[in-house]
Amino acid sequence: MRSYLDFEKPVAEVDAKAEELKALTDADTSPAIREEVVRLEGKAAETLAALYAGLTPWQKTQVARHPQRPHALDYIAGMITDFTLFAGDRKFAEDEAIVGGLGRFRGESVCIIGHEKGSSTEARLKHNFGMARPEGYRKAVRLMDMADRFDLPVIALVDTPGAYPGIGAEERGQAEAIARSTDACLALGVPNVAVVIGEGGSGGAIAIATANRVLMLQNSIYSVISPEGAASILWRDTAKAQEAATNMKITAEDLLRFGVIDKIVPEPVGGAHRNPAATIAAAADAIAVAFTELGRLDRETLRRQRRDKFLAIGRAVG
Amino acid sequence: MADFEPMNWISNVVRPKIRNFLARREVPENLWIKCPDSGQLVFYKDVETNQFVIPGSEYHMRMGAVARLKSVFDGETWFDIAVPEVPIDPLKFRDERRYSDRLKDARAKTSMNDAVKLGYGKLDGMPVVIGVQDFDFMGGSLGMAAGEAVIKGFDTALEKSTPFILFIGSGGARMQEGIFSLMQMPRTTVGVQRLREARLPYIVVLTNPTTGGVTASYAMLGDVHIAEPGALIGFAGPRVIEQTIREKLPEGFQKSEYLREHGMVDMVVHRRELRPLLARMCRILTKAPERVDETAAVVLPAPAEASA
Repeated sequence: MRSYLDFEKPVAEVDAKAEELKALTDADTSPAIREEVVRLEGKAAETLAALYAGLTPWQKTQVARHPQRPHALDYIAGMITDFTLFAGDRKFAEDEAIVGGLGRFRGESVCIIGHEKGSSTEARLKHNFGMARPEGYRKAVRLMDMADRFDLPVIALVDTPGAYPGIGAEERGQAEAIARSTDACLALGVPNVAVVIGEGGSGGAIAIATANRVLMLQNSIYSVISPEGAASILWRDTAKAQEAATNMKITAEDLLRFGVIDKIVPEPVGGAHRNPAATIAAAADAIAVAFTELGRLDRETLRRQRRDKFLAIGRAVG
Repeated sequence: MADFEPMNWISNVVRPKIRNFLARREVPENLWIKCPDSGQLVFYKDVETNQFVIPGSEYHMRMGAVARLKSVFDGETWFDIAVPEVPIDPLKFRDERRYSDRLKDARAKTSMNDAVKLGYGKLDGMPVVIGVQDFDFMGGSLGMAAGEAVIKGFDTALEKSTPFILFIGSGGARMQEGIFSLMQMPRTTVGVQRLREARLPYIVVLTNPTTGGVTASYAMLGDVHIAEPGALIGFAGPRVIEQTIREKLPEGFQKSEYLREHGMVDMVVHRRELRPLLARMCRILTKAPERVDETAAVVLPAPAEASA
């Protein structure tokens, strides 16, 4: 069952009509009805394409958070072979808001880490909606250290509303855990590529997104604070989230223009959730290109490239 | 967000001294202030001479960047380190007001260019670079200017081969600079790493408050973490946590003492003990000889980009 976003209403209506007619065609095979179904489907596709050609930043935010959007584990299933999931930070606990492990990407050994939001109610609870606690970041650090030692490239899939704000998380050093994870990214002597696949929410995102190459899916967002958070703090009115989404400049297009990301990965018409397989394939292609570009750099050069890249951000913006 | 309530009735009776409009809040508009902790009324002058600690209650008030540098550098003197220029208002941001206007106001109010001030001078005879992230400048928020300044602090310490001491008071990211604010987290971490690789000490002093993205980057990556008593230190603000978990927060949650108990800071230190402690840490970490008589102090050569 497809769930439609509020702005997709025109598409939903046409889709519903086409569905109704299709149900009829089983009984009645009159060419007129079949023609009408084709016409309606064409119209739905057109409407969808037109809608998605001009998404506002707030609409992109909704698409980025779509419950049926492919999540980290879908990407892992779709592009990593021989995958083995790892658990635990070896200090306190296992945090499933960040998943990670080892496998093969296009035949080569890699380490892969990602925020997992979960795709069912049960999974969302299990993965805490992709909001990691310190243990999640400490597991990421552990995996990155291992990748560095065994000379494995690192793929990071970024999809989190932000790090979890809770008593236990604070007690166990949420801030320190995030800081150390960013630190670990910057220290890597192996190439790392980060892909913002949904929501790149603040410090919780940057902790694994500090990479040699940072890619973003077309309808994903990346920001210092959620539009709702910004609206509540700056406008003191959560209803201003749409305005905040626009003013904060959180879309892939904005961030490419700012030089904060390196590349936009196109999504199928109607967003990643309408064709997860194609989305994952496109992301995998972009990751492969990035690794090829970084391929032959030695450890020191990789580290320097990453540092220089981040230091350069903002210095050229007028 | 004032630390104290102005006592207007009394300032109407007692004429305040001639105000120096360029000066910071070290020059009071009121002669008396109320302790935010105990509620007692204290003479402002007494607070000022006590390094902005309320006598009696020992409540640590916020301290401006200049006062802070004065309180640490030998002879209350140092060279200002010029901080790099950055693009203003990269997002052309406005909420209820234009960000560029807010910035102008903050500059006029504090006579600082942005939240971080840097000095190079001597501490107990040892050359050091000291940075202060001043909460009075837009909540000490971390934007491009503050990020560049912090990086400049690390780089100057590296260049001069000195320790870097950073006093932090910040509410976190500067929202109005959006993603550029977020990018200061990895950017400043590059600074931390460079100093670390040169094996030079990085000492963090966490003051009230230190939260958000600042805590989740350079504030938690020091070799030594010192906190002033009673400071609020954490990643998520208490209000956000309360709203998320819908529970009352425990007493003393996210205060310095709580962080020490939970292993995040090395020590909670009264402001009056700070200077000797910092000197001791710098000396021991750099294997400098024990403290010698200060009268033998040598005049520092000015750094190339610094102005006296």
